[in-house]
Amino acid sequence: MPVHTFCEGGEKMANYVDIIELYRGKKGGIIEAFHALQNEFNYIPEEALGLVAKTFGVSEAEAYGVATFYSYLSVKPRGKYIVRMCESAPCHIAGADQVVKAIESYLGINVGETTADGKFTFELCECIGQCQATPVVTINSEPIFNVSPEQIPEILSACK
Amino acid sequence: MAQEYRVLLEYADKIDPANAADYIKVGGYKGLEKARGMEPKALIEEVKKSGLRGRGGAGFNAGMKWSFVPQDAPVKYVVCNLDEGEPGTYKDRIICQKNAQALLEGMAICGAAIGSNQGYIYCRGEYPFVVDLLKRAVESAKAEGVLGDFDIEARMGAGAYVCGEETALIESIEGHRGEPRFKPPFPGVEGLWGVPTVVNNVETFACLPYILTRGAEWFAGIGAPKYPGTKIVTLTGDVVNSTWFEVPTDMTLREVIFELGGGVKNGKKFKAVQVGGTSGAFIPEANLDCPIDFDSMGNMGAALGSGAVLVLDETRDIVDVVTRISKFFEHESCGKCNPCREGTFRCREIMEKINNGNGSEKDIDNLQLLSKVMQKAALCGLGQAAPIPIDSTIKHFKHEYSRKLVVTSGKGGH
Repeated sequence: MPVHTFCEGGEKMANYVDIIELYRGKKGGIIEAFHALQNEFNYIPEEALGLVAKTFGVSEAEAYGVATFYSYLSVKPRGKYIVRMCESAPCHIAGADQVVKAIESYLGINVGETTADGKFTFELCECIGQCQATPVVTINSEPIFNVSPEQIPEILSACK
Repeated sequence: MAQEYRVLLEYADKIDPANAADYIKVGGYKGLEKARGMEPKALIEEVKKSGLRGRGGAGFNAGMKWSFVPQDAPVKYVVCNLDEGEPGTYKDRIICQKNAQALLEGMAICGAAIGSNQGYIYCRGEYPFVVDLLKRAVESAKAEGVLGDFDIEARMGAGAYVCGEETALIESIEGHRGEPRFKPPFPGVEGLWGVPTVVNNVETFACLPYILTRGAEWFAGIGAPKYPGTKIVTLTGDVVNSTWFEVPTDMTLREVIFELGGGVKNGKKFKAVQVGGTSGAFIPEANLDCPIDFDSMGNMGAALGSGAVLVLDETRDIVDVVTRISKFFEHESCGKCNPCREGTFRCREIMEKINNGNGSEKDIDNLQLLSKVMQKAALCGLGQAAPIPIDSTIKHFKHEYSRKLVVTSGKGGH
């Protein structure tokens, strides 16, 4: 059982205006700004997206187009813990489907949904480049290796 | 007994990858020093002479690629492709986590060759910890003063396989949707922010310090003559040693899987191997004596690609695995060109139909026709390569498809 450090740290509050300001003038910095917003809020709030567009001199439609192109960016609110299951071929043959079922059943939600308490969002993802230890789950981008369905309650209950 | 040949990863776990001083102690940054003492033209010639070819999958001669950059352009960029999205691949992560300074040195060598003082590393969004490591590595190299006036910035992608395509990657660094551009113009002439840009893979850059210090002839003499050097392969799936190896490029697939890899797990028999990532061809046992180099693999209708080696044992359902792969491509198609957007959708639809036991011979014919259209008409490598797993399995494992087809004429079927 790997050690999880991703559950530490308290709630952070920050002003999205200040975050976006840090990237003003940075060439091509719009994706960096989106990453910074997500680090804070776990998604890109609509008002923030509008301000990003203004700051980088693009239309809101274009900024929205960028934000929705990339699978790691989200314009919808997500839980505090984003649980991702890799379902690319190496994880698929290592039994990813069973792990998906175990996560869905433990959290009581389907893929793409967020728990009612706003704690967990469950997403599928493609290869995360840790194929030496399949199947792989990530929680807030921290990889957990060789996951079996039986380990899921223990792994997820460690997220406080 | 086949043996590893470590060049890029010789000091793996013996030095701190972020620490430039550690790297200097084992001979690091000597190649850059030598490169800076050479005329750019002579430097490019040296790299051409080494025979170094792109390690990202396309296999283009690196020195040749650099020679397309106009010397008189006022601003030029060196871009490192660290997007490695091919499922089953993690070699670039390993190079960074074991020897990040060699990547930085290689980029600076390229900068000296083309006359650029700004490099960008585009790292996939799945590796935030590698971005942190690279930022520390750049700071450390700067503190040691070894990079001179060459600056390197690490940028992070956000989960898009298509950004491994060089023009899509450039679009993404510029802050746009990662959609490939029409070529020409090629990035060497018109790349990042419209100026000449060299885009090379992590592994390609990381070879350069060793080529400069040990000489082009030395490098050209390792492995396969037409694709010399070493290659880092990552073994996944039903193989005993599910890990990475650095091997000379003339090693055969059989040696990689059965000697270094220790063979198939749990005493089972071998069924197939998919080399080069999820866009690679499936290879049956009969073809395992092929060397892994670019041309040998190409000659048998497969590809070395990124160097991922996914082993499947005798119990694996090829059609099910390929159905899963077809979902991958449908998900990752950027949607810019019709052959890929619609083609990957139809591939997945037909594969699911067959996998669920509802397919017919006609569906297999349609898949093969669709594959031809996609390989010829898709804008970028994603759409062109997407049908290869389907094509290669219909070729080598047709019986697995036939077994799942609906009985229509009293024969075949389940």
